[in-house]
Amino acid sequence: MAVSVRIPTILRSYTGDESQVTAEGDNLSAVLESLEASYPGIRARIVDEDGKLRRFVNVYVAEEDVRFSDGLDTRTVDGTQISIIPAVAGGAR
Amino acid sequence: MSTTLSDTPTLRAGAFGNATCLKCRECGATRELGPHYACYECFGPLEIGYEFGEVTREQIEAGPANIWRYKALLPVPDDIESSPNLEPGFTRLLDARNLAAELGLTRLWVKDDSTNPTNSFKDRVVACALSAAREFGSKVFACPSTGNLANAVAAAGARAGIRTVVFIPSNLETPKQVNSAIFTENLVAVDGTYDDVNKLASEIAGEDPGWAFVNVNVRPFYAEGSKTLGYEIAEQLGWRLPDQVVIPVASGSQLTKVHKAFRELVELGLVEDKPVRIFGAQAQGCNPVATAFKDGVDAIRPVKPDTIAKSLAIGNPADGIYVLDIARSTGGAVEEVDDDQIRDAIVLLARTEGIFTETAGGTTVAVLKKLTETGQLDPELETVVINTGHGLKTLDAVSGAVGPRATIAPTYDAFTAAGIA
Repeated sequence: MAVSVRIPTILRSYTGDESQVTAEGDNLSAVLESLEASYPGIRARIVDEDGKLRRFVNVYVAEEDVRFSDGLDTRTVDGTQISIIPAVAGGAR
Repeated sequence: MSTTLSDTPTLRAGAFGNATCLKCRECGATRELGPHYACYECFGPLEIGYEFGEVTREQIEAGPANIWRYKALLPVPDDIESSPNLEPGFTRLLDARNLAAELGLTRLWVKDDSTNPTNSFKDRVVACALSAAREFGSKVFACPSTGNLANAVAAAGARAGIRTVVFIPSNLETPKQVNSAIFTENLVAVDGTYDDVNKLASEIAGEDPGWAFVNVNVRPFYAEGSKTLGYEIAEQLGWRLPDQVVIPVASGSQLTKVHKAFRELVELGLVEDKPVRIFGAQAQGCNPVATAFKDGVDAIRPVKPDTIAKSLAIGNPADGIYVLDIARSTGGAVEEVDDDQIRDAIVLLARTEGIFTETAGGTTVAVLKKLTETGQLDPELETVVINTGHGLKTLDAVSGAVGPRATIAPTYDAFTAAGIA
């Protein structure tokens, strides 16, 4: 279950400046574990101590905000595109 | 951890006036001024940190009749007036006696931002973002927008002579599309909601450092512009704070910045400290902050917007949590109204005060009415309601509600028969 993950500028210090990396896992939680194995430290920047998605991080699986689907349990089928994007504090009208 | 700071451009001295750093609102980490919006430590939102010297009423009053009279309190250079911009702000604060009487309020003011250059409060924030983009040497001035911001960015960019690209949801009202397209050849309609457009903008901003997305990577500078609404309200009341303010909530940024402005004025000794109750207004079809307020929870659950108040249609408002904090700590509230109440309030404001507001203002006035009727707002206290945009932008919202009372032949008999005399 290989998926593609877009990495925001803020986290590229973990990925050697790579903006797009591959990871494994059939749900988001497993994908984040896989990322952690490849890039130690990155998972804690995305989820907090309680294992929840951090408040100012948005994660999209196949362009859908996972807060609208199953959060960290969101399924990630083979080839899915995942994007990690810092939340803009306040959108704008 | 190590951070990459090489994406910060070299700045001229005084490029940002009294602003000294970017500071994380969540964890307090600071970094140098630059086109950054998220904390490198915790992803929290970055805000501008300042070291204000002495700022006096006299200095401000001697300034121009636009937001630059408050330049000492904004992240802009001292020579800001000399660079082409739309010179927004210092809009009228109207003593709304008829609306007050209609609602049973003792004293009500309307801060009418529909008279800004592109007819919404967005000209204020865009002017600050434009200054930042100029100082950063940005090549493109851009935004994701529900409409008003696109209008303001496109116009400001045209005047400043910088290339603009504005992204909007493709279902936006035609007037708002035309009002942007008239100023820029790069209006991009995106199939999706505002939140989808915002996501796209965040991705582009992350890849192309030359792009200044006013409400994404230069957001800390942009957002400060909303403080001028608070400064003006206080100055126009004779250098004092009102008792209650009702403010529309989309991202929640404006409400938090008006609150910040009042606190700064107190800290600088420009007004006397007093309690100000701050109320937020949302549409029922996009009510994540109002819902969280009523449920007594701290987390905002995003929604998919479905309301005529498209300029308030942000389903995932990341400043929402700060709105909750402020409403709760000041004794305010966050309320919601439905689309019919919004339409009725647009007509009410027009017929009582001669102000044609867009759906966001309709939402705010409708919420003011609801707060009064439900006893959440004290009718004896002095209240300010903010009108953020002009009704000509959302004509469709009320075109079914108002129109000719009669269509008659051009004869006196027909006139008298119509019962209008």
